[in-house]
Amino acid sequence: MAKLCGRSTYLLERPPVIRAFAAVGGQKEKEGPLGDRFDFLSEDNLFNADSWEKAESKMQRLALKTAMNKGGVKKGDLNVLFAGDLLNQCTGSSYGLREFMAPFLGLYGACSTMCESLLMASVFVDSGLAHLAGAVTSSHFCSAERQYRYPLEYGSIRPPTSQWTATAAGAVLVAEEGPYPRVEIRRACAGIIEDPGIKDANNMGAAMAPAAACVLRRYFQESATAPKDYDRIFTGDLGEVGSKLLLELLARDHIDLSAVHDDCGLLLYDRERQDVHAGGSGCGCSASVLCCHILPEMLAGRYKDVILAATGALLSPTMVQQGDTIPGISHLIHLHFAEKEGD
Amino acid sequence: MEKQMPRPEEYQKMVEKASPGSKSYKTIPLAFLTGGAICTAGEGLRQLYLMAGLSVDWASAMVSVTLIAASALLTGLGVYDNIAKVGGAGTLVPITGFANAVVSPALEFKVEGMILGTGSKLFIIAGPVIAYGLAASWVYGFIFWLLNR
Repeated sequence: MAKLCGRSTYLLERPPVIRAFAAVGGQKEKEGPLGDRFDFLSEDNLFNADSWEKAESKMQRLALKTAMNKGGVKKGDLNVLFAGDLLNQCTGSSYGLREFMAPFLGLYGACSTMCESLLMASVFVDSGLAHLAGAVTSSHFCSAERQYRYPLEYGSIRPPTSQWTATAAGAVLVAEEGPYPRVEIRRACAGIIEDPGIKDANNMGAAMAPAAACVLRRYFQESATAPKDYDRIFTGDLGEVGSKLLLELLARDHIDLSAVHDDCGLLLYDRERQDVHAGGSGCGCSASVLCCHILPEMLAGRYKDVILAATGALLSPTMVQQGDTIPGISHLIHLHFAEKEGD
Repeated sequence: MEKQMPRPEEYQKMVEKASPGSKSYKTIPLAFLTGGAICTAGEGLRQLYLMAGLSVDWASAMVSVTLIAASALLTGLGVYDNIAKVGGAGTLVPITGFANAVVSPALEFKVEGMILGTGSKLFIIAGPVIAYGLAASWVYGFIFWLLNR
């Protein structure tokens, strides 16, 4: 049974196991540094669908289907699915996953949704409410642009602090048991909404950095661990600006992350070559980096203990137009590579 | 103990320091050159229309029509936004930017149908320009009328 440490750090005493995972991406992701690690890439950003929203739904479907195939899981085996995306009514998830006929709990945590869904899946599995749970998220550059910004062909200019929404999806299956070597989810921490008063929707790294700093700071305290206990600490999509701010904020508390910190938004693209300004973002950013970089690297034995703190800007275009600020959130999971039993 | 977050003003300063600014040494000259090139093309067209025998009024009107048509075509071909990426305000300010602002939502929202999509979303960007442009013309017209009574 999961144990509560401090305010919201959950110690998973029967650590759930990552049974299988898969990442799906589009053309730009293919051209990025992780391009050859995706399970499925489409040069056609429409994924053969006739609208961006349908394309995004298809990406989630593909990601989950691929993960299920890799893990040898049948449709009826899934006890629960946690999924979310950036679109209104979580369109990508509910339309994309309807055909799986699995108990479905939709989530919204903006770009932090991958960690939120993994947190829920792990807690469900650890507490015995599910033998097998799925965590799925996606984002699509074109569907996000039309919902949050401008039509694609409109000649708007992006400031250097803006980030590029990833056209990507990731699916992770969390199980009670699994063969060694394996990656286990040892702890999770639910984040608190932090609003640092940023109003610029083109600087979401700045809006999210305090939430990431807070969840990390609190997690270290509540789990009685320190950055040196981890081989790598990944944040979701803080990008160039947010990463800088995160390190600065933590340095105020004498927490030095610089030696172990990486940001999924900076790993997915080559910032200079691919014209993504401050880096990648979107639910699919941390989801795909988790599935095509972090987990494979762990299974290869290169990292033993890893933190993933996915970050989300809980931005509403309506509220931004009404002059309100952008709240940020970050949820955290601690992944552990176990080579053999008792490891 | 957890340290307090920096105060909003203090954080704002940190953000400003961490955020790279636009490379205005590059963007301003590029905007000038792109905008200038569009205007030069417009003047070139005007001369051609005049040479073709059109009156001054007609030649000017035809320049606008041609530039709008070209901009709409380039938007449809997916080229205009790439030019805008380089040209910045240089592609936004001339009449071509206005055409792009109308054609791009027309394309984007056509999946929702001709009425609820293209029809209702056609002016989501250009709408304010039209509304306030018209309002300004009423004010101007009123002043014109007062002065010429």
